[in-house]
Amino acid sequence: MNYAQKALLAAAIIAAPASAMAQEAGSLDQRVNAAFATATGPFVSLIFAPLPGTSFPWIVMWLVVGASIFTLYFGFVQFRFFGHAIKLVKGDYSDPNDAGEVSHFQALTTALSGTVGLGNIAGVAVAIGIGGPGATFWMILAGLLGMASKFTECTLAVKYRNEYPDGTVSGGPMYYMKKGFAELGLPGGGFLAIMFSIFCILGALGGGNMFQANQAHAQIAGIVGDFPGWITGVVFAIVVFAVIVGGIKSIAQVTEKVVPFMGILYVGASLIIILMNYDQIGAAFGSIFAGAFTGLGVAGGLVGALIQGFKRAAFSNEAGVGSAAIAHAAVRTKEPITEGFVSLLEPLIDTVVICTMTALVITISGQLIVNPETGLFVLNEAGTAIATVGDTSGVALTSAAFGSAISWFPYVLAIAVVLFAFSTMISWSYYGLKAWTYLFGEGKTAELSFKIIFCVFIVIGAAANLGPVIDFSDAAIFAMAVVNIFALYFLMKLVRRELNSYASRLKSGEIKPYAH
Amino acid sequence: MTTKLVVGLDGHASGERALAHASRLAELIGDCELVVTYIVEWSPFSFQTAEENETRHKRREEETETALERVVNPAVAKLKAAGLKARGVVRHGDVSDALIAVSTKEGAEQIIVARASEGGFAKRFFGSSTSNLVMSSTVPVTVVS
Repeated sequence: MNYAQKALLAAAIIAAPASAMAQEAGSLDQRVNAAFATATGPFVSLIFAPLPGTSFPWIVMWLVVGASIFTLYFGFVQFRFFGHAIKLVKGDYSDPNDAGEVSHFQALTTALSGTVGLGNIAGVAVAIGIGGPGATFWMILAGLLGMASKFTECTLAVKYRNEYPDGTVSGGPMYYMKKGFAELGLPGGGFLAIMFSIFCILGALGGGNMFQANQAHAQIAGIVGDFPGWITGVVFAIVVFAVIVGGIKSIAQVTEKVVPFMGILYVGASLIIILMNYDQIGAAFGSIFAGAFTGLGVAGGLVGALIQGFKRAAFSNEAGVGSAAIAHAAVRTKEPITEGFVSLLEPLIDTVVICTMTALVITISGQLIVNPETGLFVLNEAGTAIATVGDTSGVALTSAAFGSAISWFPYVLAIAVVLFAFSTMISWSYYGLKAWTYLFGEGKTAELSFKIIFCVFIVIGAAANLGPVIDFSDAAIFAMAVVNIFALYFLMKLVRRELNSYASRLKSGEIKPYAH
Repeated sequence: MTTKLVVGLDGHASGERALAHASRLAELIGDCELVVTYIVEWSPFSFQTAEENETRHKRREEETETALERVVNPAVAKLKAAGLKARGVVRHGDVSDALIAVSTKEGAEQIIVARASEGGFAKRFFGSSTSNLVMSSTVPVTVVS
């Protein structure tokens, strides 16, 4: 056997198990996907059940009605106190003696790093793909209304948080449900808190974890070529494990510092693409408005656009879900309502600004295929979504849209997606952990067990298909909103009391900005 | 009326020079109180994780405690031992802004800082912090070399 033959034989020996492994990996992904879809099916069906006699999911109605009621009940607080919210974030009303405590700006950016992420990039693409550009209109409307939901929950989260003797704090919906209901003499607060905590854990594992891992893998695979999802999952799981279990804070800190710049870069690139195609801006807004009321032939028509818009807005800005309330609870302020004002900026930044950017870029890019004769969108073979150039969906559609204008941007987007996914996972691991410790008590063993489960779900999320993952993620996050908004209806009068008191003191000049 | 002088310390040897100069001035003035100040560098516009936010209050207390124990209290004790009137203050914030704020609040006649040549922490007073202080202070500033 000469040298070349030996080399060939060696290559064959190495290649044989490798190809067997690849096949096994493919089937492992499939098995994970099938098992996951079966396990979560009933829960998903319940949450997305349509209202009797319609095709409209009751949960979407629940969120919109909730946000509308809060908007009316607080007299359009999101517009009346918008300017004041900006001043609070700038620190105009911060007592210099409190310097060194968590500032409003920090609480806002921490909560934003949990919400700004794949919902803005992949979620919007899913909404546009299924609901057409018209979904954008409903998404913006849901974002504006959602500001009032966020205001309500974050005010309560600061008001009813737990402060421990060592100076640390724990807050969130489970705390205001229990304490707020007790204060009003209402029964059931404890039960609601437990229900919320269970759903929060599922939400943390779904939208805050699996969806992120799944889309991060899709993005990486789109650049380097297809490979089994569990590999991405394992790598992500190891890094997340290092941060949340190993306490390697430097990774989290680096991410927290890089993510805001990625956000700015993303908005900047979107603006450049939109301005490069300034002649199409009018047409894009035209199709957004036309699509919002006619559907322009998308799957499900007008209702389809509306459902997708509302669903993705809620998934992206999490208003009414209660997750950000956990992050906002850390601020030490004498006036809990100030944190409510600051938090109402979140849906604005997240949905009204960033999501709209993604939607405009996708609409302008021409990735959605339109029938030139009818002017309506062409549906894919299954009839479930709009046909796209290259048959892309989710994050791949956004990537293709950006790539059509700036050829190298998909690479930047890939890095952004991975970082966003990572920072959202870190944020949600914290939200999930808070719910977990609320149920099982604070302690090293309880915390460690949750963190390990969290890391296992990263692998499952990366291996499963987008469909079942996105369904479960939505269902889990919306289940949180069911309990949270229900509780908010009872507790909102406590917020109004705070709002009236604060507004009158602000008007009288009792509350005034500090001279910095 | 007691004259107040604010002495900005940074935890390094250069602070000793500022302290020595302030002591001399206090002796010359006579009825003088030295406000020994340490500023913990902090910005309300930095990005933090949820976990950092949760423990921020505790950390702030610890930072204040450490600054008092290691820098401020020993300096105050030394001044008092020399028969001078002295008191310690620890604040969080931008070094020059916070020093000016403390001086204004105290009604101080002068701020005394040292120009540090060391690296690390001392750099905070050297370069931008010292020049910012000199540029923006509403209270006279002495920079001890």
